[in-house]
Amino acid sequence: MRSVLEHFDKAFENRIRLQIMSVLVANENYDFNSLKELLNVTDGNLASHLKALEKEEYITVHKSFLGRKPNTTYAASELGRAAFIRHLQALENLIKQQKQ
Amino acid sequence: MEDKEIYTELNSIRNLMERSAKFISLSGLSGILAGIYALIGAWLGYRTVYGKGFSLQSREYYVSDEGTILQLFFIALAVLLLSLISGFILTLRKAARKNQNVWNPSSKKLLLNMAIPLVTGGIFILILMLRGYYGIIAPASLLFYGLALVAASHYTFEDVKWLGIMEIILGLIGALYPGYGIIFWSIGFGILHIIYGSIMHFKYDR
Repeated sequence: MRSVLEHFDKAFENRIRLQIMSVLVANENYDFNSLKELLNVTDGNLASHLKALEKEEYITVHKSFLGRKPNTTYAASELGRAAFIRHLQALENLIKQQKQ
Repeated sequence: MEDKEIYTELNSIRNLMERSAKFISLSGLSGILAGIYALIGAWLGYRTVYGKGFSLQSREYYVSDEGTILQLFFIALAVLLLSLISGFILTLRKAARKNQNVWNPSSKKLLLNMAIPLVTGGIFILILMLRGYYGIIAPASLLFYGLALVAASHYTFEDVKWLGIMEIILGLIGALYPGYGIIFWSIGFGILHIIYGSIMHFKYDR
């Protein structure tokens, strides 16, 4: 049991963070507003979770302008991608172990 | 964590990855309608060229008087516009029913990737018309449409790729038999759309 749990990533304990990461792993990049709509969360909530992932260096932030409107896009870093896969693997292993 | 909880968690992650990367509000019904419009258009076109008689023989001569060409052009344009309009309306409806936004990163990528081969093909066909190569217009439209579908398929249902490949094959065969343009065109835009739209409708829309 212990060996499985040690691969659980603390950064992904929060559900929204895990969801953000799954969207970013499946796409080259994703912008703030689309992410907000897809996950159905508030601006502040999303921003704080993105900050947390950024601090872990799991995602990279790219700021640009569309006309005059700021447009921020996010992408998964190599580190984040690896962490996400490890986390999913740990979840799957947990299921396997409990079946035995 | 409970087993079941992890299962639902993994499932919701998979679902989210799929939903974020692919546009899945495309309506199958609109494919069926587009097929029906195309068949009606092909029939009108056939009447315009051959009159009321019925024979599916190949012609050695090509249609060349400008009145007929113009009429065919407007029939094709009407089919295209009707298909696009019903496609948009039905897709909007399906998205609303599924509570999804139609204008999202995947639909944008879908449209852009489809537009490149379609616009190229459209311009190419206009050039063919201007230069009088009427015989390969029908296969050219199938080819470019097929390429557009294959390009778009990365951002929506996998099945779209197979429709695209079939259109490309039809277009290539059609290019070998220029006199039978209307038959290949009817199969590609009419019958294939109806078959494909029905499959999509029963597979995803219900």
